[in-house]
Amino acid sequence: MSDALTTVDFSSFVRSAEQGRASMDLALDGVDCATCMDDIEGTMQKVAGVVSARLNLTTHRLRLVWEPEATNASALVAALAKGGYRAYPFEQSRVEQEETRRTQWLLKCLGVAGFAAMNIMLLSVSVWSGNVTDITPETRDFFHWLSALIALPAAAYAGQPFFRSALASMRAGKLNMDFPISLGILLALSMSVVETALHGEEAYFDSAIMLLLFLLAGRYLDQAMRKRTRAAAGNLAALKGEVAQRLNAEGALTAVPVSALNKGDHILVRPGDRVPADGVILSGSSEIDTSLVTGETMRARVGEGARVYAGSMNFEGALTVEVTAAGEGTMLDEVARLVEKAGEARSRYMRLADRAARVYAPIVHVTAASTLIFWLLMGAGAHHSIIIAISVLIITCPCALALAVPAVQVVAAGHLFRAGIFLNNADALERLAEIDTIVFDKTGTLTLPDPNVVNAGALEPELLRRAARLALSSRHPLALAVSRLVVDAAPFESVEEVAGAGVRALVDGVELRLGSAEFCDAHVHQPSSADVSLIYVRFGEERAAIEIRQSLRPDAFAIVETLRQRGFDLRIFSGDRPEAVAPLARQLGIERADGGMNPAQKIAAIEALRDQGRKVLMVGDGINDAPALAAAYASLSPITAADLAQAQADAVFLSDRLAPVAQALEIARQSRALMRQNLWISVLYNTFAVPLAIAGYVTPLIAAAAMSGSSIIVTLNALRMRGVARKDQAERAPVAPLSVATQEHRA
Amino acid sequence: MNVLIYLVPIALALGMTALFAFMWSLKNGQYEDSEGPAHRILSDEDVKK
Repeated sequence: MSDALTTVDFSSFVRSAEQGRASMDLALDGVDCATCMDDIEGTMQKVAGVVSARLNLTTHRLRLVWEPEATNASALVAALAKGGYRAYPFEQSRVEQEETRRTQWLLKCLGVAGFAAMNIMLLSVSVWSGNVTDITPETRDFFHWLSALIALPAAAYAGQPFFRSALASMRAGKLNMDFPISLGILLALSMSVVETALHGEEAYFDSAIMLLLFLLAGRYLDQAMRKRTRAAAGNLAALKGEVAQRLNAEGALTAVPVSALNKGDHILVRPGDRVPADGVILSGSSEIDTSLVTGETMRARVGEGARVYAGSMNFEGALTVEVTAAGEGTMLDEVARLVEKAGEARSRYMRLADRAARVYAPIVHVTAASTLIFWLLMGAGAHHSIIIAISVLIITCPCALALAVPAVQVVAAGHLFRAGIFLNNADALERLAEIDTIVFDKTGTLTLPDPNVVNAGALEPELLRRAARLALSSRHPLALAVSRLVVDAAPFESVEEVAGAGVRALVDGVELRLGSAEFCDAHVHQPSSADVSLIYVRFGEERAAIEIRQSLRPDAFAIVETLRQRGFDLRIFSGDRPEAVAPLARQLGIERADGGMNPAQKIAAIEALRDQGRKVLMVGDGINDAPALAAAYASLSPITAADLAQAQADAVFLSDRLAPVAQALEIARQSRALMRQNLWISVLYNTFAVPLAIAGYVTPLIAAAAMSGSSIIVTLNALRMRGVARKDQAERAPVAPLSVATQEHRA
Repeated sequence: MNVLIYLVPIALALGMTALFAFMWSLKNGQYEDSEGPAHRILSDEDVKK
């Protein structure tokens, strides 16, 4: 990896900084301790030409500023790699920039609301204590006007997130939670101003601002968690570090990051490379494995003029490919169209909080109106009746209700994050909790994305170890699979590669070969099943055939069994041949498995399940799965999935195990239970508080106490999940530990 | 209650100062990394300018 990086042209990531300097942001892997920070910053500052190096330990990103004359971007990346840190330049996506901007905005609003709440409370407490002792009406009026002076501008600024969203929802014709919130705040403020002008004893400035403060805190937490998830996902995408070999007009090769490729560029795809972008083959022919694209594990022969899709693995010959824009390809067009159509159904999903708001808002408003009429009929006078009616609105203002869902979501997102699951959609949690049927894709989802040696046990260990060390010197995909058998081994010296045949080296004076049957002079071995690829090894007179196949994820059996026991209906919809799907389904004990499905058939099958009233979770990774992922009630993708599939998935998991699927469902189920509990707590609170308000007993002091009390209770209830999930993970840890230590740590 | 005439402005001014300090720290990027500074303080080497 590191030697490949030294030659990569990173110019598209470099920005110009002050004083003619250059700067670049890098995503870093393996930053898991405090000393790393010292180490990285120290090392980089010692590199000649580096002006500053600053690591952000929260986002695991490093910002480098350097003098362009003294050094360059790829040298800096190489310097980091030498220090043992995998780094890759990255650019913040537009979505992430937007999230960052919104987080800052909410924090500003929170700051203003906090300032106002503290100062108004100071005045209010004086008035409350003065009201029961000897405050003069003039002082009270003065304090009230002062409160108004602070509260009105503060609410106008800090209330914007709610007012805007309420306006938008009104325009769209469906009221959301922000509507009753905005109405409550505005009414409380205007009533308080009127009361103050009439020299009244009570004003609700403090309640209105405190309400804002609590709600903003909930919003901010939610947003901060989403931003963090987004940043982690951005790092992962950058750290994939995909590099393409671009051919310029003179035919010279430059390595460029895939994100810097443009339409019309000519690229060279060598054997063992994944095709970096969609395109058309200009010259060359090869066998390619399109399993990431279509799910088909049988390799396809392609030649001049054929279309290739990003993610396909090139096996044999070098290909020159002209890049075409995404979506131009016939298959991608079809997939994009299906995705759009399928996604419509999901956008109609209404969130739990909004559903609650829809019931809640009319009840509250009707109650307030009837309170007004009741007191008017009782002859209480217009002024007194209005005050009581508005105090009903204030006390019911859904402080607890609006915190109930976000508080749980923040805690749940944190758990998912630690389990290596990144949420794409905020409402995914709620949908995941309702799942009863799970549909798996086969290739890359139930199986690992890269092929593995399957007959290792049947071979001579020493021969296999030698073969694996030799395989380190080859870029052939089959050799890569063999090379994964050894850890920390050095490749042999002076290895010779024979094009189209294999690699050979002299080991202890004996020739070692790895490659085709003819190259190793071996008998052609009969593979144990149709989807097995063979590579041969020969050491002196010893010969063996190594079988390579895409194998199941290590914990697939355990997780499939767990899910079945929990009562989920499991199915497989695969784009691969039925003969390849059936044995695997039998192995896993999944009865309903369909192979040879194209994207449209997958959607149709999922829609058929939906029409039976099922809530389907689709777990898939291929481009061919993207429409099905969009059509399903909820969807998950492994991190190795094609970009198009990841974009459609509700959540992406970061592991070569299947355990995150079960964990995501478990956490979602818990969080839904807690959300419901919280909503009920809010309802309970209202059944006590509302009669008091209707009876006219709610003073600003009681309103303040009730509001903070209920908010604290729902927040504490949400935090309860922490304990449950941690215990849960500890129990499951021996069965399904997360795979890669560094990844787990990041999570 | 004449004391209010200068106590109230002082209270408000203090509050505003805190708010401005917060806004400045926000703009200055102090909330971008919430974990790093805790470790950075233990570092012996001063950051090079």
